[in-house]
Amino acid sequence: MASTIKPRSPAELRQAVEWALNEGVTLDIRGSGAKLALGKPMVCDQVLDLSGLSGVVDYAPEELVVTLRAGTPLKEVEALLAQRNQMLAFEPPDLGPLLGQPAGEGTLVGALMGNLAGPRRLSAGAARDHLLGFSGVNGRGEAFKSGGKVMKNVTGYDLSKVLAGSWGTLAVLDEVSVKVLPAPDQTRTLLLHGLADEAAVQAMCAAMGSPHEVSGAAHMLGRTALRIEGVAPSVEARLKGLRDLLMESGASVEELGTLESRAFWREVRDVMPLKAAANDVVWKVSCPPTEGPGVVARIRAGCPAVEAFYDWSGGLVWLALPNSADADQALVRGALGPAGGHATLIRAPEAVRAEVAVFQPPAPALAALSARVKESFDPKRLFNPGRMG
Amino acid sequence: MQMPPLDPAILSRRSEIVAALRAIVPGEGVIDDLDGMRPYECDALSAYRQMPLVVVLPDTVAQVSAILRYCQDNKVKVVPRGAGTSLSGGSMPVGDAILLGLGKFNRVLEIDYANRCARVQPGVTNLGITKAVEHEGFYYAPDPSSQIACSIGGNVAENSGGVHCLKYGLTTNNLLGIEMVLMTGEVVRLGGKHLDAGGYDLMGLMTGSEGLLGVVTEVTVRLLRKPSTARAVLLGFPTEAGAADCVAAVIAAGIIPGGMEMMDRDAVKCAEAYVGAGYPLDAEGLLIVELDGPEVEVDHLVARVEEIARERGATTCRVSRDEQERVLFWAGRKAAFPAVGQISPDYMCLDGSVPRGRLVEVLSEMRQMSKQHGLRVVNVFHAGDGNLHPLILFDANNPDELRRCEEFGADILRLCVRVGGVLTGEHGVGIEKRDLMGEQFTEIDLDQQMRVKCAFDPDHLLNPGKVFPKLRRCAELGRLVVTQNKIPFPDIPRF
Repeated sequence: MASTIKPRSPAELRQAVEWALNEGVTLDIRGSGAKLALGKPMVCDQVLDLSGLSGVVDYAPEELVVTLRAGTPLKEVEALLAQRNQMLAFEPPDLGPLLGQPAGEGTLVGALMGNLAGPRRLSAGAARDHLLGFSGVNGRGEAFKSGGKVMKNVTGYDLSKVLAGSWGTLAVLDEVSVKVLPAPDQTRTLLLHGLADEAAVQAMCAAMGSPHEVSGAAHMLGRTALRIEGVAPSVEARLKGLRDLLMESGASVEELGTLESRAFWREVRDVMPLKAAANDVVWKVSCPPTEGPGVVARIRAGCPAVEAFYDWSGGLVWLALPNSADADQALVRGALGPAGGHATLIRAPEAVRAEVAVFQPPAPALAALSARVKESFDPKRLFNPGRMG
Repeated sequence: MQMPPLDPAILSRRSEIVAALRAIVPGEGVIDDLDGMRPYECDALSAYRQMPLVVVLPDTVAQVSAILRYCQDNKVKVVPRGAGTSLSGGSMPVGDAILLGLGKFNRVLEIDYANRCARVQPGVTNLGITKAVEHEGFYYAPDPSSQIACSIGGNVAENSGGVHCLKYGLTTNNLLGIEMVLMTGEVVRLGGKHLDAGGYDLMGLMTGSEGLLGVVTEVTVRLLRKPSTARAVLLGFPTEAGAADCVAAVIAAGIIPGGMEMMDRDAVKCAEAYVGAGYPLDAEGLLIVELDGPEVEVDHLVARVEEIARERGATTCRVSRDEQERVLFWAGRKAAFPAVGQISPDYMCLDGSVPRGRLVEVLSEMRQMSKQHGLRVVNVFHAGDGNLHPLILFDANNPDELRRCEEFGADILRLCVRVGGVLTGEHGVGIEKRDLMGEQFTEIDLDQQMRVKCAFDPDHLLNPGKVFPKLRRCAELGRLVVTQNKIPFPDIPRF
């Protein structure tokens, strides 16, 4: 078992990386370790534990920005924002329980590094859209920064974008500035009963294309959910408009109040509607919304036991399949079809993840370019080697 | 403003290069005569002009690919250009570089309402996208003030903004996919109609890379449903501080307006004289706050904004009664730049961003600087997101005024960085702010960015002379010296 280094300051973090570079030591970089079971299994010489770099550095609600250290727990940030009626609009999921870990363990930077967003991805953007800037250390042991703490910034390359979703393979961050937004006063949900997948996606796409500002659209087991958020009079009017719009689908409609809605969408966010058996593998597919049901049908044809639910208006499909040596990767990726998209193996036993491409394999020219980008940050491949395959 | 020295070897091979381009792009797609190239000698930063080596206007992706591969093989520099509306010199030609114009890529390829996206060629104008979908009630959200002319490819290169960014984001937040050609001629597709790329987000990296990494040949944008109602509120304050406080208070109250613009007294006077929008001439600070969404929501929020403004001492508070009046309120703001052009032979438009909480301090310090440099400054800006557009008034025919204007501009941008802001909020670095990059970034920061550049363009052939104050060779940047002395660090906890 690799030993652990736990820096307590940005200076110590930089020293630790410099030491690793000199010694040729590879680093398994962790915030809280909540997502260790996600990605390709790694064999590293040393664990670099960022939990010693924790805490909010600056929070100015009227600036809509929070600046914090890399090891800060997500729940601490969310609690702080809630005191001022603000939120992380991208709704970072808590994948702990899905991955067989306790709930509430992750860090905000962990969610950013995975570019993980919940149901509001549809209307508010991805994790990467909320990372305004960062400072950290590259694989040369150099402290550097990019971006800033202001909303509008086009000074130099937007390295925040490429860091978000890099799973810790490009740089070790010590501080991030993240955009926050006002939390809605009210949250309500329309639940439509009895729609088949195709009809459900059609209804969700119609709702998303309406002026009613739907901020969540999910479909599971004969229930189709549409979320409306905002100030009370607006929520009422939009709910009514949405009901009228959906009349023609013929489905019976139920309405959830604010508290029920919050619990409901938290479950969607955390992939709870997928009643996956303990040893099922779990895939996440991103595709054009209208393609979702076709993707599922093609997979079902090859694996009748597949279980699926849809978020992002049909564009995000969560799948559970019985465990197999290759996690049915050819079936899942082959089902994407010409409209494109990507499939990520979110949960599988370590031995399976070691064999299977966890992340969507890019076309050759793109793979070569991505490898050069990796090298530009971390030439000696010190950081999370092999995690992205 | 210095550009890299011209390479005499390239200049002497001009006819050979022109012939090679003609073999790739037949007919009138290659322009090498002075009269024909004249329209390309500058972009919207028109103080700086330079004739390109030759202009080439391909109309297929295969041609773009062949041109870039030729340039890579023959070490010829390339400047990509959309509509040439850059305010920072991003598409200014370089004397020993081919100017690669994407103007012929002007078709909307596909509109997919169910998936709320449109696939377009890079030469389609920003407004052209909205025009193609508005009959179905949709639009493309980012709206730079040049939207009637600027191309979506240029918007990707510059990560363009506009007045509605606070609520709807910049270009980068409204893209789903791009197709781009690398210097090797390889064609790469990033993203698509789905959300979030697998692997590294190279589309995010490309967006705002100012034409230094690759040439965009197709763009898939997110379409939004047009809000059912929009109303503008005109708020006049006896002090700038009052107006700035109101901006912070609106946001602290949990309201994200569609747009929130501020103008200072001089800007109000100029704009009012120019278009007669009915602005209050006694206001030291004027805000235009636009609320959009469902009608009941807009009514509700307009009332809240009025209440907040009155508490902050607003002396004028007018809500647009109909669409015509809303457009009139905006007409003054939108005409502010040409209006300022009426009172001064020339003006320079700057583009720093600052934390909203420092607005008043920055404005007051700017006034001090104005006295020191002996030049007037007028302020029009996107207050909601702290993006300043100070206009410095000068006469370009007076060399001393041009010099003082450049110095004054640099001082303002340094001030932005000093208070925690940045050099450019939406116009880009280009050549204009290139030499100030060291104010915001360390050499290590810039070296890291340049190494990313090397991953795409190892010979620095794409859009040379832009963004980076000094170029370092990729081989030199890639060298990694590992010290042989072992570094002990007994102080860091290990277990």
